[in-house]
Amino acid sequence: MRDIKDFTLSCPISVQEYPSVMLAHGGGGKLMHSLIDKMFIPSFNNQMLGAQHDGAVIDLGKVKAAFTTDSYVVYPLFFPGGDIGKLAINGTVNDLAMCGARPLYVSVGFILEEGFPMETLWRVVKSIKETADAAEVQIVTGDTKVVDKGKGDGMYINTSGIGILEHDIGVSPTKVQDGDLVLLSGDIGRHGITIMSLREELALESEIKSDTAPLSDLVMDLLEQGIEIHCMRDLTRGGLGSALLEIAGASGTHIHINENAIPVSREVRATCEILGLDPLYVANEGRFIAFVKPSDSEATLKTMRSYNSESSLIGRVDLKPSGIVTMKSKISTNRIIDMLSGEQLPRIC
Amino acid sequence: MKFIDEYRDAQSAKRYSDLIHDITTSPWAIMEVCGGQTHAIVKYGIDELLPDSVTLLHGPGCPVCVTPIELIDKALTIASRTDVIFCSFGDMLRVPGTRGDLFSVKAKGGDIRIVYSPLDTLKIARENPSKEVVFFAVGFETTAPATAMTVHQASNMGIANFSLLVSHVLVPPALEAILSSHNNKVQGFLAAGHVCTIMGYTEYEPIVKKYHVPIVVTGFEPLDILQGVYMCIRQLEEGRAEAENQYTRSVKRAGNQEAQNIIREVFEIVPRKWRGIGDIPASGLGLKEKYAVFDAEKRFGIAEYTCEESSECISGLVLKGVKKPQECGEFGRRCTPEHPLGAPMVSSEGACAAYYRYRNINFEKQS
Repeated sequence: MRDIKDFTLSCPISVQEYPSVMLAHGGGGKLMHSLIDKMFIPSFNNQMLGAQHDGAVIDLGKVKAAFTTDSYVVYPLFFPGGDIGKLAINGTVNDLAMCGARPLYVSVGFILEEGFPMETLWRVVKSIKETADAAEVQIVTGDTKVVDKGKGDGMYINTSGIGILEHDIGVSPTKVQDGDLVLLSGDIGRHGITIMSLREELALESEIKSDTAPLSDLVMDLLEQGIEIHCMRDLTRGGLGSALLEIAGASGTHIHINENAIPVSREVRATCEILGLDPLYVANEGRFIAFVKPSDSEATLKTMRSYNSESSLIGRVDLKPSGIVTMKSKISTNRIIDMLSGEQLPRIC
Repeated sequence: MKFIDEYRDAQSAKRYSDLIHDITTSPWAIMEVCGGQTHAIVKYGIDELLPDSVTLLHGPGCPVCVTPIELIDKALTIASRTDVIFCSFGDMLRVPGTRGDLFSVKAKGGDIRIVYSPLDTLKIARENPSKEVVFFAVGFETTAPATAMTVHQASNMGIANFSLLVSHVLVPPALEAILSSHNNKVQGFLAAGHVCTIMGYTEYEPIVKKYHVPIVVTGFEPLDILQGVYMCIRQLEEGRAEAENQYTRSVKRAGNQEAQNIIREVFEIVPRKWRGIGDIPASGLGLKEKYAVFDAEKRFGIAEYTCEESSECISGLVLKGVKKPQECGEFGRRCTPEHPLGAPMVSSEGACAAYYRYRNINFEKQS
């Protein structure tokens, strides 16, 4: 049994610091990581959680399974390129894929607000079915709760998923090595900019669509070729920058990327310029980075490009300074990539 | 992307860097006035491309940084009211007052909304007739015309549930305050391209003469800044002091007359307290008597409130270019973007936050 001293009785996030939860505690940046590191991981302390991967890999004797969960609170519920249901399936499928697992079974829990239109619920359910079929997972269990009018935002969804590791190569940040190359599976920032354009009522005329998509086919394709992927991470809320920093931190390596190699579409770049945002920290829902040894990089990139022609070799890994991400800028100078506190705030001028 | 990539081109940057190295024979200290320029300099590592003898000092041109702490407290008071919808630019939400920031008011249930244009607040006011809608009007001459237009329209349309918490500030008086201070180090300025797009640069011409200091109106892309630095050093090396314009694709000498007209219609020049610097005479814009009915301080009866700034933050010295952010004992230790002790650590345009974000390796290791 774990020593009682491991667990502190007082709240680890001091009241003086944050007496209440801020939006930034869920923003994918430093505040969220501090909540996880100070409150959740020490409280639930175990090796699988401590690995800080997208999901837990559980040894069940003859097989290894991956297990993950995620909640979806996106607003608006429908957006160009997808909806909350499609996100909820793809998000969990992708977390399993990032563990190197083949996604198989998913649970869906709905929290609905009283008065929510039945027709809208049906649209989301249909989307969940279509997305699950496309990703070849089954919805095998679920839950429904309804809260009073005014106490929910229409609809929240939680999904959990189980997958099986067919190729046990131990995909993990700790496998990242000196000399590894970093590959990105497509252009960045589409999901975040799609949602922001709708949410902020910017009335921007653009064709941009969310990139939400299942990544499992591509990942299985890579693994079946025998490519020894050292680590993968899908790019979600905190964007490419935060994902790289998480891996650099967890692996104790230095990741150096080249800004010119990072694909960003014209629309995303233009919207980022107008709003004063950095595409490096804008959310994605269908992109991931893979760390492979140099001899595997050509095959990896070729396969990635057969799914998305924008896939690119964006950087490499060395050992020092440990835990740091740097970027060669467009004008050939070097800058540090730091994790944001919370979400990016639009600048004033 | 057209119109951006050509200003972020490595070869052209190298050419300007070489030119600057070629003409520089003495040490020079140049201040970029605008926080947007500071952000670009630190983000792109532009000072790596300059000779060691050229120092860039980061000026007071970050609206988030110079908004006085009293005004933040007033914003917190107003935003906490249940009958108010408080609208602000996003950056202002994390600026600490003496008792928290607007984000913490939001977490406690305050209706605080991020807007991109002050004109959006009129729509919110019309849609919420039972609420008081307040806009937090901060910024330099760049943001003042849109605020002025909003007040003007509110007046024309008779929108009574709209008001303004105003803290607009002006660049030229701040430059004079820096130049006339006893510990001034600044030998040349890069003036803010956006401000001059509105105001032109005729008002800098007397300053150039009076203090014999070159001022180059400069844009925000890496090549703009390198070219601005080059033009400024060329003047310094030749012993000239003139108001020059690097940012010709946006700035005319006389500026934008219509924008200036709407500012003059709604605002008058008032003394203003600058956070970290203190009172500067004739350095701000306040509502004219004709529009005083839209003054949120009067409407909510908080005009007389005052408070003291914590002495831990040396932002005044940073904003005047006397000290660099990392020369502060609290930088990266007790003062971080998560827990800013002062405003320059808040906004991405603030000198301290820009330094922290892009150059924090050593400081994190030491703390």
